[in-house]
Amino acid sequence: MAKGSVAFDETYCKGCALCIQFCAKGVIELDTKRLTPKGYHPAVAVNNDECTGCENCSLMCPDSAITVFKE
Amino acid sequence: MEILYQRSKGLTDTPLHYCPGCTHGIVHKLVAECLCELGVLGDTIGVAPVGCSVLAYNYFNCDMHEASHGRAPAVATGIKRVQPEKVVFTYQGDGDLASIGTNEIVHAAHRGEKITTIFINNAIYGMTGGQMAPTTLIGQKTTTSQSGRSEEHSGKPLRVCEMLATIDGAKYIERVSVDKPLNARRAKRAILRAFETQLEGKGFSLVEVLSTCPTNWGLDPSESLDWLRENMIPYYPLGNYKNWE
Repeated sequence: MAKGSVAFDETYCKGCALCIQFCAKGVIELDTKRLTPKGYHPAVAVNNDECTGCENCSLMCPDSAITVFKE
Repeated sequence: MEILYQRSKGLTDTPLHYCPGCTHGIVHKLVAECLCELGVLGDTIGVAPVGCSVLAYNYFNCDMHEASHGRAPAVATGIKRVQPEKVVFTYQGDGDLASIGTNEIVHAAHRGEKITTIFINNAIYGMTGGQMAPTTLIGQKTTTSQSGRSEEHSGKPLRVCEMLATIDGAKYIERVSVDKPLNARRAKRAILRAFETQLEGKGFSLVEVLSTCPTNWGLDPSESLDWLRENMIPYYPLGNYKNWE
């Protein structure tokens, strides 16, 4: 399985959680202890080891906040 | 590390103003990626509508124009006829295209204008506060149909793709959805084909994208996608309605 990782730009993230819904590997969670400058709980990668680089999260992110890397 | 996916160069750095989970952003991204992949971003002129996407001119990294409510196809017609070498598209919602602008879109298609229209159908007026649109489903509650839309009072929802597919000048008509990654990938392919229809000079092209409005539907972003899948797709079947190939 290809190995990937994801990174989030909190300038754009609005915490809509669509990335979490479409990640089959449970890589992403909302950080409910922090707020972005706009006042949203940001999505963060908590389990990048499992990321396959499928790009479903970045495709479904309405705010284009996600960069996907391949290792 | 190699980058598999990053924010499209077809979008500006401006954060979108849309509500969290609104699928306008997904469609913006797909359009921007298609323009980049076709290598026409620098030769593209977009026309923004009135509605939630009225500020689309801040987001697409190409020349943009703002039109009066529903008049984007007329403005695009003028731009395309003066500068036929440019790629011209309109980005319109259902309150814009299917209501006040129905006349404009029908005649732009009828004249076979070589423009591309991206039509966002979310079954409601978004910006003005969730009023009933021509595309609102039977039984759907909005601020102006508080007991649900009734067929006797308002008629059935307007199916734009089926209507435009009967017009000879329309050469590529497809309805897609962005409710899941598979459908979003299909949507991108349809948008690419629509722009290719224009680049090959065939005639009018339109892609209708079934979208969500979490705020005015009163659902969270995830529930909105489920609602779209369960309620909109049965009434608005996905698929190609016209193809010049």
